[in-house]
Amino acid sequence: MTTADAASGPAAPPPARRPFLRRRSAIPGFGLTMGVTLSVLSLIVLIPLAAVVLKAAHQSPAEFWAVATSRRAMAAYRLTFGAAFVAAAINSVFGVLTAWALVRYDFPGKTIVNALVDLPFALPTAVAGIALATLYAPTGWVGQFLTPLGIKAAYNPVGVTIALTFIGLPFVVRAIEPVLRDAAEDVEEAAASLGATRLDTILRIVLPALAPAWLTGFAMAFARGVGEYGSVIFIAGNMPYKSEIAPLLIIIQLEQFEYARAATIAVVMLTVSFTMLLIINAVQAWARRFD
Amino acid sequence: MAAASHRRATDDPAWAKALVIGIVLAFLALVLVLPLAAVFVEALRKGLDAAVAAVRAPDALAAVRLTLITAAIAVPFNAAFGLCAAWAIAKHDFKGKALLITLIDLPFSVSPVVAGLIYVLIFGLQGWFGDWLVERDLKIIFALPGIVLATVFVTFPFVARELIPLMQEQGTSEEEAAVSMGAGGLYTFWRVTAPNVRWGLMYGVLLCNARAMGEFGAVSVVSGHIRGLTNTMPLHVEILYNEYDFVGAFAVAALLCLLAVVTLILKTALEVAQPHVRGRGGH
Repeated sequence: MTTADAASGPAAPPPARRPFLRRRSAIPGFGLTMGVTLSVLSLIVLIPLAAVVLKAAHQSPAEFWAVATSRRAMAAYRLTFGAAFVAAAINSVFGVLTAWALVRYDFPGKTIVNALVDLPFALPTAVAGIALATLYAPTGWVGQFLTPLGIKAAYNPVGVTIALTFIGLPFVVRAIEPVLRDAAEDVEEAAASLGATRLDTILRIVLPALAPAWLTGFAMAFARGVGEYGSVIFIAGNMPYKSEIAPLLIIIQLEQFEYARAATIAVVMLTVSFTMLLIINAVQAWARRFD
Repeated sequence: MAAASHRRATDDPAWAKALVIGIVLAFLALVLVLPLAAVFVEALRKGLDAAVAAVRAPDALAAVRLTLITAAIAVPFNAAFGLCAAWAIAKHDFKGKALLITLIDLPFSVSPVVAGLIYVLIFGLQGWFGDWLVERDLKIIFALPGIVLATVFVTFPFVARELIPLMQEQGTSEEEAAVSMGAGGLYTFWRVTAPNVRWGLMYGVLLCNARAMGEFGAVSVVSGHIRGLTNTMPLHVEILYNEYDFVGAFAVAALLCLLAVVTLILKTALEVAQPHVRGRGGH
């Protein structure tokens, strides 16, 4: 953009120096589109995100630490991260089975099943929330069978996990599916011809090859679950210390005009999200080394 | 291909197939189908008339209108941004490209509640521009601009992340040929690039729209929940549900379910008709 333009302008250094930002390209519009992209990205995403960090930084480190690690906040993180982890683990198991069935098997209604997997992407989270709360309430379709077993699903951490399982499923399926589709079946054939049983082949050839995609799907489902709000609050019960998730705690602080406290918990959650993002990128870079 | 009587080495035994398909269908029925069915059953609990009346109530209609207006601003905005970003990133070489793509994807890793919070901290009464806005009698938080901003944030990456890999795969040779024969930038875009990416663009717009109309957490923070004024459809569902008006809540929810089902049908149709747009993984 401007740097590149300046480099080709009359005051430019000797032509031997390559433009800083880009190599020469015949296709026009780089300056304009890059300028718009960076401006919009900064105004909508980067500067507002910086605002929350600055707001949290208004406090002294001791205040920040006290709010970030208060008993109520710690209980909320434990529930949020714990439920997101369990839900991502459940989805890792059923997600790989779903992807396997969609890629390797033919069965009636496969197109519909394939479309249905994306339902959590398309269905508004509040709709999922009230539907799940109604299903798993003690008198609900599913809840009535759980109550005699002594399982209290709705208004409990179990309910939070159920909601996050709904939200996270497509991430795992859609991460694994393309890798499974591109996987070379001749490797499996080679293993079989060398005398490996089918189970051996799957456990020692197929599943290890899926590991990076699996980890990516797990991390994406986990990251989404940590931030999820709409589908959770209706089924969670929202009892402080027991079934109150971290995003709800932010809203509660906000309603009490405790902006710095809300920003503090937001910064903790952003730190975790960005760490997850880095891990996902690292896993994908690591997986590409084997291509 | 082996003879029909021989199993190929990559085929699983029939019992294993049946078992896996059975587990998958049972799991999906429990996790996905049951909630969808529950919405329609609960909406029709007191008959179709009650459900229709709930959707045609003035507050519900106002919520529908606000949701449509919000999507009508946020989706074209993000589509234009996505095209711009994809042109800069996919058709040119520069340093820091991977970082820029990661930054565009950033909103997907941010909790919707935090997405709402950041705009309250900037435009709210105690925010950076709070006093400035009050002096000029401008309202962003608890008003339409805030709702649109929060929606733009959460749907920001949809179109861009669909178009960038698609345009990278297509390379630059067609555009370079057009430019070398004297076509201008805009002409090249409309005549060469746009026809190549229109299905990918539609795919991104479809997912972006579904999320824009269904967003709850981010919008909930900035809306103020004023009935008939700043309530979108998902927020209206919440209010009715918390007032124990379950038929009303599920009737409006059923409308949103129909939106989701139409989105999935169009998405599947696009994937069948245009296989190359599939599998980039949306959110």
